[in-house]
Amino acid sequence: MHRARFTEAPAAWLLMTPALVGLMLFLLLPFALAVVLSFTNLRMASPLPLEFVGLANYTLAFQETALPRALLNNLLFALVVVPAQTALGLALAVLLDRPLRGRTVFRTLFFLPVVFPLSLIAVVWVLIFAPGPDGLLNAALGVLSFGLWEPRDFLNDPHWALPAVMLTSIWQGVGFQMIVLLAGLQAIPRQLYEAAAVDGAGRWRQFLHVTLPGLRNPLIFVVIVTTILSFRVFDQVRIMTRGGPQDASNTVIHEMVRTAFDQGHVAMGAAMSVVFFVVILGIALAQRRLLRQRGEVS
Amino acid sequence: MLLRAVLAYALLLAFTLVFIAPVLFMIIGSLKPDELVLAEAGSLRAFLPESVSPDNYRAVFERVPFGAYLLSSLIVNGLIVGLGLLVNAFAGYALARLRWWGREAMLGLVLAVLVIPFEAIAIPLFYQLSWLGWRDDWLVQAIPFVANPLAIFLFYSFFLGLPRELEEAARVDGAGVLRTFFLVVLPNAKAAFASVAIVLFLFHWGMYLWPLLMTTSEGVRPLPLGIANFYTLPPLQWGDIMAFGVLMVLPVLILFVVFQRWFVRGVASTGVKG
Repeated sequence: MHRARFTEAPAAWLLMTPALVGLMLFLLLPFALAVVLSFTNLRMASPLPLEFVGLANYTLAFQETALPRALLNNLLFALVVVPAQTALGLALAVLLDRPLRGRTVFRTLFFLPVVFPLSLIAVVWVLIFAPGPDGLLNAALGVLSFGLWEPRDFLNDPHWALPAVMLTSIWQGVGFQMIVLLAGLQAIPRQLYEAAAVDGAGRWRQFLHVTLPGLRNPLIFVVIVTTILSFRVFDQVRIMTRGGPQDASNTVIHEMVRTAFDQGHVAMGAAMSVVFFVVILGIALAQRRLLRQRGEVS
Repeated sequence: MLLRAVLAYALLLAFTLVFIAPVLFMIIGSLKPDELVLAEAGSLRAFLPESVSPDNYRAVFERVPFGAYLLSSLIVNGLIVGLGLLVNAFAGYALARLRWWGREAMLGLVLAVLVIPFEAIAIPLFYQLSWLGWRDDWLVQAIPFVANPLAIFLFYSFFLGLPRELEEAARVDGAGVLRTFFLVVLPNAKAAFASVAIVLFLFHWGMYLWPLLMTTSEGVRPLPLGIANFYTLPPLQWGDIMAFGVLMVLPVLILFVVFQRWFVRGVASTGVKG
């Protein structure tokens, strides 16, 4: 066995190298570049010589672009979508975690939107949000409210554009939460429920004292993933509202792409990338903390 | 007990309606004359077409190079999944099973870069590759996504849990590391390969931002960009757009229905390990 240590190293490096090269070239290098570029004056097709401008891009990004508004929108997005999607995903998972005829069919239908490309979903929902009484959602709300609903142009209304994007995202993503939580539910030993029932716990108390603690890990996972995804929102916004009206539905990534590509201000776009990364890093560190706490308890 | 079951079914059917309505709306819309899609969206006609015709489907092929979009999507995703499985399984195996100097550092690296979201590097990567003059082809849409830290980590976790006996038997028989990997480990890792393949496919089939930045010719653009462009192409014909949508999800839908068990398992595995 001692010899194996020496003979395994060349093979190990051989196996590792393709992935290592890929990660270096297409992840680490551009990441370092984002940081470096964010301190320069690089613009697309600019005649000016490249020079370092210190933190200018960061201060300007916060003062003169829609970045603060975009960050706020992402935060609102997370505050609405994460709890709504998690609660709905959990409800669906609990409903499906029982011997039920047609279980697989329901599970398939609820999961279906997850396999649809976001670009397609965005286009279909543009039609659903169509203005006027003929729009699908307007008409449905009209019927449900017995005609009290005033039809509106959701995607061009500053109050409704962001909620419309949120609704689309919840519809698209909840199946993911459901699948992860369903797997978590099925991993909870049945004996725990039986023991709780013997102790006289009703359905609701079983849910509080057996189901929720048993789902702690998958719940933390889906909450973190959804929070991170809430800050990465781009496709729906680009297609449905282009960030409008008046930045009402703008997001960090959308503003970054607009600044770097539509306006050619690459360096400032890079600065926004760095800000965005810091936000994501904060969320990821919070996750690590939460998961470690659990490790200490058990 | 009966009441409870009835209640559960009622809730499930209500949710089904919410989930299926937009999909049905798209399918029905694709079969209707263009001007009726929006006009009838507010009535039950949205779901009950009066007449059915394949005109919109014909229009999709006439108005945009749908075949080229589909081909691009298939090639790019084929490359990402095919090469990705190999490259990431290699790395995962080296990290999980082999003893070598540098293993700890490499594992740390993989876990660290797991945090970097693609959006944070899209702009510098665009610049980096443009400097090299590399853009607007299939490879540039695929190669940057082959090495994937999440896929490496999923393989790593799977290989850690695989019993060692088979490999040891092969090694005792004189097989080298690579031979052992291909002949003994691979055949026993089908579940992991299926899960990772599904995850890679799901992540990349709908990819929109990167091809939006990197491609300019219709010949190499994938389906998500195709539908976004089609939607802005005047005149706005909703029937055609819905037909494009149906054609676009058909391949995924077939894959999904056939491999449903693996989709569910693949997605759930990202959660269990996370």
